[in-house]
Amino acid sequence: MFRRRLPEWLVLLLPAFIVIAAVVLIPLIFSLYSSFTPYKLTRPSTLWRWIGTANYERILTDAKFWAAFGRTVLFLTIVLNLELILGLCIALMMNKVTWGQRTLRTILMFPMMFSPILVGFQFKFIFNDNIGLVNNALQSMGFDVALPWLVDGKLAMFSIIFAEVWMSTSVFAILILAGLFAMPRDPLEAAKVDGCTPWQTFRHITLPFLMPFIYIAMTIRSLDVARAYDIVQIMTGGGPARRTELLWTLMSRTGYVDARMGLANAMGYVSILLSIAFTVYFFRKLSAARAELGMGG
Amino acid sequence: MSQVTLSNVVKYYGKSRAVHGIGLDIADGEFVVLVGPSGCGKSTTLRMIAGLEAISDGEVRIGGRVVNDLPPRERNISMVFQNYALYPHMTVRENLGFSLKVAKVDEAAIVRAVDEAAGILGLAELMDRKPAELSGGQRQRVAMGRAIVRQPDVFLFDEPLSNLDAKLRTQMRVEIKKLHQRVGNTIIYVTHDQVEAMTLADRIVLMQDGHIVQVGTPLELFNTPVNTFVATFIGSPPMNLIDGVVDGETIALDGGLTVPVPLQAQGRVQDGQMVHFGFRADNLMPEGHGVFEGGAVATLELPVILTEPLGTETVLFTEMAGTEVQAKMLNPRPVRPGETLKFQLMIDKCHVFDAATSNAIRV
Repeated sequence: MFRRRLPEWLVLLLPAFIVIAAVVLIPLIFSLYSSFTPYKLTRPSTLWRWIGTANYERILTDAKFWAAFGRTVLFLTIVLNLELILGLCIALMMNKVTWGQRTLRTILMFPMMFSPILVGFQFKFIFNDNIGLVNNALQSMGFDVALPWLVDGKLAMFSIIFAEVWMSTSVFAILILAGLFAMPRDPLEAAKVDGCTPWQTFRHITLPFLMPFIYIAMTIRSLDVARAYDIVQIMTGGGPARRTELLWTLMSRTGYVDARMGLANAMGYVSILLSIAFTVYFFRKLSAARAELGMGG
Repeated sequence: MSQVTLSNVVKYYGKSRAVHGIGLDIADGEFVVLVGPSGCGKSTTLRMIAGLEAISDGEVRIGGRVVNDLPPRERNISMVFQNYALYPHMTVRENLGFSLKVAKVDEAAIVRAVDEAAGILGLAELMDRKPAELSGGQRQRVAMGRAIVRQPDVFLFDEPLSNLDAKLRTQMRVEIKKLHQRVGNTIIYVTHDQVEAMTLADRIVLMQDGHIVQVGTPLELFNTPVNTFVATFIGSPPMNLIDGVVDGETIALDGGLTVPVPLQAQGRVQDGQMVHFGFRADNLMPEGHGVFEGGAVATLELPVILTEPLGTETVLFTEMAGTEVQAKMLNPRPVRPGETLKFQLMIDKCHVFDAATSNAIRV
């Protein structure tokens, strides 16, 4: 009996194709499809009603969505910059430490070892307006206040940013420290002899050398922060009254609480553009910085 | 004025002493080479002059000014490093002009100085390249250019040629010497290569274990080494040394041969004194293949073990009094290993070193 056999390369690649299709491709196509339907989790039959771009049109005119979108961009910008500056300072100081540096490096990683959920709970307690650590400390120092850390819109944003920065600054610190370790000593000495003050040496020699490392950290963290969900969900749940609503809390509320999965998926596709934009931007910067150093594009 | 004076300079690393109280006077415009085996403290000394290492004790003066506590930028020096130490993210032009830029010199003056240095070193066509796009020799030239642009009082070179291949090294050696003749600044140059030291230096400072062993012109070190270390370090091939005992007017070499006491040691040795008898390969030559300058000559029949033909001369490895020694054959003819030749040893060019102290015995 003649049996046609599949070509060898296809047979060999088939397991990979099947896994990718099952894990990535089918869910992706399904979610994309559902964003063109009024799919509600509670009424499965709605999955088969095609409503075209109605979800997208709705999102584009939805003030709440754009408020969350803008807040997310702001959150990203503030968090990334703060983490960069703090991480750079920590790394520069750590680089000067001659005794016990290994131990310090390990301690530095501690915040990264906690689950974001736990960090969220911890800061929720710390910033609680009645029993929280911060307000208690303020009161015992004589300030007769009970600041609504997690209730006031601006303060709540600050608290979330604080928690996020506390947890992840070490990513920057570690990566920049790695850069400092990899840095050749000769150009630094040449700069000293060439007449540079310590600040000029940092500005003209050290910083350009660190730029690729900084952009790697930025790329990793921008993806991370753009999907910030757990800390926000635990600390404020996006509230009160949506004052700390970020894209992911909005999406999960729309999808799971309001059960409007079709709309939530459409939001996901719009906001993914944000992540792509940040990633592409930092990647470009990374390549440029590497080319600067003659490390090849 | 840019003379450099070291007085009693000491460097400690923790508890171990790397440099033991060095004193040295370097005149304005002089080319001084610090040479010695690795770990002798020559680079440390240079880095102390540059201000890259703290001075543990003693004093360094540049142009009469004590610079111990001045940062490198206030010493008006420039340095060329072994690994070039170019700024990888800057073009050649930016590398050259960097020191002037941080000194806030105005743009036109920077361009002028950079172009002049580039002209001296033939870098004009490479100005827009990054260091990664340059060959080793080109990088080294950029590093030198960067040093020139500052117009420093003193140039410091830290083994600048050791990363280059042999041919390029010879070529760059000539360029460095030309550069010195052209700019005339004081140069302090560190190397472990005695050939570089001999060819470049006005004065060589030979160091060992953190001490200065001998200071002098290349020929002084070559002709009158103060001890066996200098004798074997300077010159290629190294000086031959054979152990022996003084016996009246002669030295009885351990292997059974007897040679007269050389002129310069006569009357300064005692009967029964243990010595090293030393001579250079140039002073042991097969009959008819050398240049003789008069004085006492000893004639010896020695077997040839190995030959190293170099064209104008052949180095012959032979055995004398049980010790392997090297001889030189000028206008060489082919010699086969195993052949026995009649050699002539120029006794009055020979050296005698005390066996206990290794110090030279001479008038």
